[in-house]
Amino acid sequence: MTRRNLLLHLRSSPHLHAPLDVARIMRQVLYALLPLCALAVYLFGLSALLLLITVVLSCVLSEYLLQRAGALPGSLADGSALVSGVLLALTLPPGFPLWMGAVAGAVAMLLGKALFGGLGHNIFNPALLGRAFVQAAFPGAITSWQPALVPERFTTPFAGTLAWPLQQPAADAISGATPLGQFKFDHADTALQTLLLGTHAGSLGETSTLLILLCGLYLALRGMLNWRIPLAVLLGAGASAWLFHLYDPGAYPTPAFVLGSGGLMLGAWFMATDPVGAPVTPRAIWLFGGLIGVLTVIIRLFGALPEGVMYAILLGNALAPGLDQLTPPRVYGHSRSRP
Amino acid sequence: MAWFGLQRNTFARGIHPPELKSTQGEPIRRLDFAPRLILPLNQHIGKPALPRVRKHQEVVRGEPIASADGFFSAPLHAPATGVIEDITLMPSARGPKALSIVLKVYAADDQRVRYGQERDLAPLNPSQLIAAIQDTGMVGLGGAAFPTHVKLAVPEGSQVDTLVINGCECEPFLTTDHRVMLEWADDLLAGIDYVRRACGAQRVLIGIEDNKWDAAARIAGRLPPGADIAVRTVRSKYPQGSEKLLITVLTGREVPSGGFPHQVGCVVQNAATVASLGRLLPRTQGMIERVVTISGPGIAKPGNYLLPLGTPMDYVLDRLGFRGAAGEIIVGGPMMGQAVASLDVPVTKAVSGILALTADTLAQQQAGQLYPCIHCGRCLQACPLHLNPMQLGLLAAAREYAAMADNYHLQDCFECGSCSYTCPANIPLVQYFRIAKAMLREQGAA
Repeated sequence: MTRRNLLLHLRSSPHLHAPLDVARIMRQVLYALLPLCALAVYLFGLSALLLLITVVLSCVLSEYLLQRAGALPGSLADGSALVSGVLLALTLPPGFPLWMGAVAGAVAMLLGKALFGGLGHNIFNPALLGRAFVQAAFPGAITSWQPALVPERFTTPFAGTLAWPLQQPAADAISGATPLGQFKFDHADTALQTLLLGTHAGSLGETSTLLILLCGLYLALRGMLNWRIPLAVLLGAGASAWLFHLYDPGAYPTPAFVLGSGGLMLGAWFMATDPVGAPVTPRAIWLFGGLIGVLTVIIRLFGALPEGVMYAILLGNALAPGLDQLTPPRVYGHSRSRP
Repeated sequence: MAWFGLQRNTFARGIHPPELKSTQGEPIRRLDFAPRLILPLNQHIGKPALPRVRKHQEVVRGEPIASADGFFSAPLHAPATGVIEDITLMPSARGPKALSIVLKVYAADDQRVRYGQERDLAPLNPSQLIAAIQDTGMVGLGGAAFPTHVKLAVPEGSQVDTLVINGCECEPFLTTDHRVMLEWADDLLAGIDYVRRACGAQRVLIGIEDNKWDAAARIAGRLPPGADIAVRTVRSKYPQGSEKLLITVLTGREVPSGGFPHQVGCVVQNAATVASLGRLLPRTQGMIERVVTISGPGIAKPGNYLLPLGTPMDYVLDRLGFRGAAGEIIVGGPMMGQAVASLDVPVTKAVSGILALTADTLAQQQAGQLYPCIHCGRCLQACPLHLNPMQLGLLAAAREYAAMADNYHLQDCFECGSCSYTCPANIPLVQYFRIAKAMLREQGAA
């Protein structure tokens, strides 16, 4: 019998693998964020573009330096730093000084990621942690909003954008107010159409509810995010807003306004769904999402700030491991076990 | 939520690997006899068979050459007319060498089965039927190699009302059960009658995945009138062919953890096993050959071949044209089958497929670069038993084997590999679990 010269590979089964890996997931998320970036640049012009570039560069460079220093395992090739950078930029106001954006990016990678042990261990969403840092450090700059569609937006950046490092930005000649701010402080409603299209003041990527929904649905249909999380967030927020509105329609906004305004849509589809900070068991996922939705509404209605998505998600991240522990799935052939 | 019985024609979770069943249209064909056949004595779960031939003894095709060692064992028959060359240790698919009978085939012989005689099985009672089935040496042909007669002997205190025929064949590539159900439909129905009488079941449910609708239609069209036999198509999803999952899908019953199907009144038999019994029992013959799907990108002439037991991989690759200088040769399916370390490994009773993956396809289809776990939860959505492979994997990496078993039901895992298949971080989850189980076995034995 012929003895062939055959190099035999030996592996333990399974011998097939799904055509999906972490880098591909990150790439898909990035693709889904691109339309939001494009819209941000269209609405807010040069300032938005510069801020996006600065924050992304800051995140990628910080991750690279931290990896070089041995403080962060992994590689840039997985794309997670890029995704964090884009997400972080999309949560910042358009006139935010670039140097502050760079600080936010560096903090996101250092405190949000490296400190916890890198990709897979960053239990808090790094982008949101970076934003929470600048919210505390620069309360003025992060709450000064610019109106959308200013005619000279493509030629002159907003005054704050080019502020020198360690300088507070000069007061802007024109300034806008977000729909949430208008409601909280002036009790003024915003048309639903404006909320859907996003032609109002707000963070770079949070304004167009419709576009976020479309981009999020794309990811959900590709199986790149767990659709139950955004659904639970929106259900939790919608249901609690509806109850408040039912109790006193004069004082509390409609559910449609709550769902369409602020960063809720962006947070529900792109932040709460960051798998590292989300739970995994089926019941914990619904609890997690619902909790974020309810907390957002409570912070918005009763807190000092008009917006509460960021803190709601960070709180949800902190609770996620506990929720998993509380809700072990029933295993085939076993009766339901107590946690 | 974990409602195992309420899914329509399927179970919750599971995965959809590519089917790759390119050989489903290939009729069953014979392949020539290899010059030497290698017949391990432990082709089944249980005690190895005891050789009843000596070196240099001549045997005729179909003659018993090893007998069962007690009830939990199965005999072995000569797959060809020839002479016993040796009884020695030979490589096996599982790794360690196994005591095997090596048979030199007489090339000039016409290789007719000269053993066995026609008989009428109608007067046999269940225990006589079970003894007759043990004499055929039949084992579960789906891959488990559990002796068929042992499953049919329902223990005292259990009452079996349902015989489940497993025609799912959910592994990618494999098409043996499909072809057998299509081409041996009458043998299958004859076998069902014997097996049903042996275990005392009133009702028979034949579960077939809906990608084999032609086989389902063929069998449904031949059901004897009045018999309580039903063909039930189930959704094509891996691992639908798992015995316990199929029981739950077809009957709504859930086999308790660590338990057996008879505890919920069921006996499950693979379709090809029962069809083979339908061919062998009336002729008082033993199992000497089986249908094997030979496929994969490395095979020039893929198909479904009726191979004599003991045919070495080397011969199969030679005859069917292996392409390439490197690759992975798998016995069984790509999800649960074993890669062989030697081309002397023979076809045994439980080998349902021989797959040749070449080096270039390996790179595309197998797990690539390792990433840290990102907690995406895809493994939880894949595990058909609703285990938490993510948590099990994290514990395995920390070598917390006892915690895996105590808190996360490690021992329930039947190693279908859905978690590893789906993990985007390419973490070898099920492979970790095998190691964990082995470590716990060793600690338990120490």
